[in-house]
Amino acid sequence: MPGVWSLYSEKVMEHFKNPRNVGEMENPDGIGHVGNPVCGDIMELYIKVNDGTIIDAKFKTFGCGAAIATSSMVTEMVKGKSIEEALKISNRTVAEALDGLPPIKMHCSVLAEEALKSAIEDYLRKSKKEG
Amino acid sequence: MRRIYLDHAATTPTHPEVVKAMLPYFTGAFGNPSSIYSYGQEARAVIEEARAKVAELIYARSEEIVFTSGGTEADNFALEGIAYANEHKGNHIITTSIEHHAVLEACKFLERRGFRITYLPVDGYGLVDPQAVKKAITTKTILISVMHANNEVGTIEPIGEISKIAREVGICFHTDAVQTVGHIPVNVDELGVDMLSVSAHKFYGPKGVGALYIRKGTRLVPFMHGGEQEKRRRAGTENVPAIVGFGRAAELARQEMSKEAERLTNLRDKLIKGLLEQIDHIRLNGHPTKRLPNNVNVSVDFVEGESMLLNLDLEGICASTGSACSSSSLEPSHVLLALGLSPEQAHGSLRFSLGKENTEEDMGRVLKVLPGIVAKLRAMSPLLKTPRTVKGGPPLNPPYLAKDDRKG
Repeated sequence: MPGVWSLYSEKVMEHFKNPRNVGEMENPDGIGHVGNPVCGDIMELYIKVNDGTIIDAKFKTFGCGAAIATSSMVTEMVKGKSIEEALKISNRTVAEALDGLPPIKMHCSVLAEEALKSAIEDYLRKSKKEG
Repeated sequence: MRRIYLDHAATTPTHPEVVKAMLPYFTGAFGNPSSIYSYGQEARAVIEEARAKVAELIYARSEEIVFTSGGTEADNFALEGIAYANEHKGNHIITTSIEHHAVLEACKFLERRGFRITYLPVDGYGLVDPQAVKKAITTKTILISVMHANNEVGTIEPIGEISKIAREVGICFHTDAVQTVGHIPVNVDELGVDMLSVSAHKFYGPKGVGALYIRKGTRLVPFMHGGEQEKRRRAGTENVPAIVGFGRAAELARQEMSKEAERLTNLRDKLIKGLLEQIDHIRLNGHPTKRLPNNVNVSVDFVEGESMLLNLDLEGICASTGSACSSSSLEPSHVLLALGLSPEQAHGSLRFSLGKENTEEDMGRVLKVLPGIVAKLRAMSPLLKTPRTVKGGPPLNPPYLAKDDRKG
């Protein structure tokens, strides 16, 4: 039976099979772009912000199962959070929300954290310019 | 759901006949071949029978076969054995950039101990140029090691041409034939090799046993130190059941190989054709004809290998990838990079290696599910703005440009 002896937790596989918030966002308030082709993971994360609260998040990811699952999870976690709260999301909290990742895959959760931080920085930079 | 196993280059299921042959040597005739009582002597006799069968498969003489714990030990033994036996003559070894890690890591080990290694490049198909081997030879060269066929892309190397060059200058020549023995004809004299590595579990034999063919007159420093087994060339109590199984697998391979190779080549070409027809932006890796009968390796643009594998696994299909998201280095396959693929293409590679149990229906199943998997993953790929899998339709948007290139 495939999946019984999975490398990943059931939760990771669930997010991998049915990733949430996939796709590009029209007119995002912030875009995070991290990763590189050499290590095989590239994440793009988009956020929409209203009154200092992240009201929507989407992603596009080229990468392994863990990269897709962490992207999916982090976009779920940030929705409804204030910028300050979102900045507190670490790679560990993403991994824990997925019931853990194999040690060799922890770098994927780091990438998810970086993608989020980079999207928020992009938002803050843009809003400063406008303001 | 029936599981479709398409990773025979990694390992094969042990043939039931092989298991049957092995069983008596676990509990009944379990004696140590070095013991003089009949239990031991029986074990010794069956080892010699197995040795003859392995020798026959590669057209060697029995006394030229040394049993090892597998392909890795055979490779390590060949390289280190020759290097240390010839230290006084020279310190230069020629190999290729697409060897298995069992050769490459042994080379790196020797490099740290003062040996100099030339890693020859390959062309876009993964072929080694015999003339490049010739040019790399120096007065200090003591060994040339070029694999018979590559385990990832299936390219079969011109071993005969290379060995001729080695012979002209009297340099010892080794080939790692782990992927070819039992699958295509291997004849040590036609290949002109002095040493050749074999692994049993790659052709329906048990794991944990292999052999190094050592041409008579080739001097190696032993790799394992201890008892006087294998004529002092490999210490350690012989793995009798595994050796017996290895012999039986060799015997079966001799009987079935040519028909099976023809059948698999046919399936292989059907799968390759189907994949290239049904999926857009896909390329065949390796040589189209100088290729193992059971190897299909493709790179699918804009998607990553592990995520394709996981999806295939959910459909009950076992395959492999050159993406190395699970390895500590994170760098993709050294073989695919040596063929000139970009890191993205290497990460997007899939290897299907066929075997005995596979049927035309299995190929059909892969062709049925893979396009959908690719479409799903391309829809979430930041490398692609217009996901598309099936051929035809509007042209794809240019692939994603790396950050540094996104100017203007």
